[in-house]
Amino acid sequence: MNSVLEVANLRVTFGNSIAAVRGISLTVNRGETHCLVGESGCGKSVSALAVMGLLARSAHRSADVLRFQDFDLTRISERGMARLRGNKLAMIFQEPTTCLNPAYTIGSQMAEVLERHRGVSRARALDRAAELLGRVGITAPGMRLRQYPHQLSGGLRQRVMISMALMCEPELLIADEPTTALDVTVQAQILRLLQTLQRELGLALLLITHDLGIVARMADRVSVMYAGEVVESARSEALFAAPTHPYTRGLLRCIPVPGSLRHDEPLGSIPGMVPRVAPGFAGCAFRDRCAHAIAACAQAVPRQVAGVGHDYLCRLPSDWTRAEAA
Amino acid sequence: MTHAVEVRNVRRVFRTRAGMRTPERVVRAVDGVSFVLPAGDVLGIVGESGCGKSTLARLILGLLSPTEGDVLVDGRSLASMDRRERARLIQPVFQDPFSSLNPRQRIRDIVGLPLAAQGNVPAAQRRDRVMEMLTRVGISSDLADRLPGELSGGQRQRVAIARALVLRPRIVVCDEPTSALDVSVQAQILNLLAELRRDFGLTYVFISHNLAVVEHIAIEVAVMYLGRFVEQAPVDALFREPRHPYTRALLASVLTPEPGLGIPDVGLGESYPDPANIPCGCRFHPRCPLVIERCRSEAPEGIVRDGRLTECLLV
Repeated sequence: MNSVLEVANLRVTFGNSIAAVRGISLTVNRGETHCLVGESGCGKSVSALAVMGLLARSAHRSADVLRFQDFDLTRISERGMARLRGNKLAMIFQEPTTCLNPAYTIGSQMAEVLERHRGVSRARALDRAAELLGRVGITAPGMRLRQYPHQLSGGLRQRVMISMALMCEPELLIADEPTTALDVTVQAQILRLLQTLQRELGLALLLITHDLGIVARMADRVSVMYAGEVVESARSEALFAAPTHPYTRGLLRCIPVPGSLRHDEPLGSIPGMVPRVAPGFAGCAFRDRCAHAIAACAQAVPRQVAGVGHDYLCRLPSDWTRAEAA
Repeated sequence: MTHAVEVRNVRRVFRTRAGMRTPERVVRAVDGVSFVLPAGDVLGIVGESGCGKSTLARLILGLLSPTEGDVLVDGRSLASMDRRERARLIQPVFQDPFSSLNPRQRIRDIVGLPLAAQGNVPAAQRRDRVMEMLTRVGISSDLADRLPGELSGGQRQRVAIARALVLRPRIVVCDEPTSALDVSVQAQILNLLAELRRDFGLTYVFISHNLAVVEHIAIEVAVMYLGRFVEQAPVDALFREPRHPYTRALLASVLTPEPGLGIPDVGLGESYPDPANIPCGCRFHPRCPLVIERCRSEAPEGIVRDGRLTECLLV
């Protein structure tokens, strides 16, 4: 079996008022990059935290399947989870500044991961840390290990976070908007690094982003989230060649692409805003913003197949885009 | 003819000291910028964080005074105007609509404040102009009595735009106006800004780190690096044929949604620009993939060719 992470019908609610994740299903295979894409508030980060077992206490999580390798994460103890986290199951976050402890050196924070999970000596852990810093393109790793987070630029800090996540050779790396806080040139460098590492180490990568440009360049598989649901899921080429859900299509039209539009021509846009959805919400959450919405959209909408490994959550037939173009 | 904005060799230096005994840090945030912006144009300014673009915005708005040089708006030095006069000419729209609106004031009061501050607009007329402007930016009148906290990010940015335009200024300085917004909302705001410019004949200084957004809205683009314009050109020319190696790296790092192209190698290395420690010679040389020996010692002069400015020894 190739899948490293398997999630089926994952739900997360906060009290009675917020349904953050409403039954998402996805798998991440070994050596594959799966991108979870959506706008703020769509539940993509909460999904990641749910997998990592890092949700706030007020959250309620349920899932039909939540499996990492051979571990059933719905039944695992908190101690068992703590043994996995940072070990076989690693995560990097958007803001490297807030994830590193300002009072400890880079070296001591990196070494701790290996000491804790593998019980190796400080000296050996530091050797491994230096090796990994070199691996992520940091020159003079010995010097960096003795430095504190504030002495590093944002790009360097994110490289440190990535190498820290790799300390125990994880099987699955979850990266939540890893480059959103960085400049574009540094973003390209970090993403290139992630891509290389992922290929060489055969990592399964779950990459969370709001940026369809990053998705197009990084993903093998894409799941588009809207209001807590995966509204469309496909291989990357299929999604960009034939986006089928009206939300996916709208989102793609919103992005300014250099050279694609005449000057002064308005960008496509989606009217309205992302709704907050409470438990018990029925029907399509996108219907208020959708040009194709009819009364039936307020009832349960079917998940339909648009092609091999390509499904979407909408009442429209899979060839509606062709009918519209004609 | 007078230009909407004219910036003459402006510098702005900040001196900071972390503690009593630490050495003073001298940050040359804007380090010799000159440009003219004709009325009705849109100048896009792009650059990475710390390049001085927001400091430049504040200098143009008169919120900071230059250490050296002069900023002229509508042909007159900002230093010679009082605040009310300045406010009638030039207005800002900032990045974060969460912090740029007073959370305890109602929307109608926020938008009405510039009119009230002028001191000569009767209350009834103020009310009408506020409502008219709110409608114009797509905020329905029933939201006028709400607080900013009850509005979404996109709506708040519309309110910030209404506040900027309520005095009918000639120039609007937009500092990352869509960076805090989701893409679907960003497109709405960009379309609105373009529409308002046409309808009111506005001039924009549009600052962003997002090149695709700047390409969409700007007529002329300046690329800023460590306090200076290293390249300035009409938008099509700049995107078709970038001359400065930094501009090329910036353009290469734009990730368009085209699958299969992979992540480009921008070739900039790991050193990072620090405005408190500007390298000698060409300020870009530690990151430049084309660096030659001369670049390490000799600062390039700006060269103007076919209406384009480039500051590089190799061009």
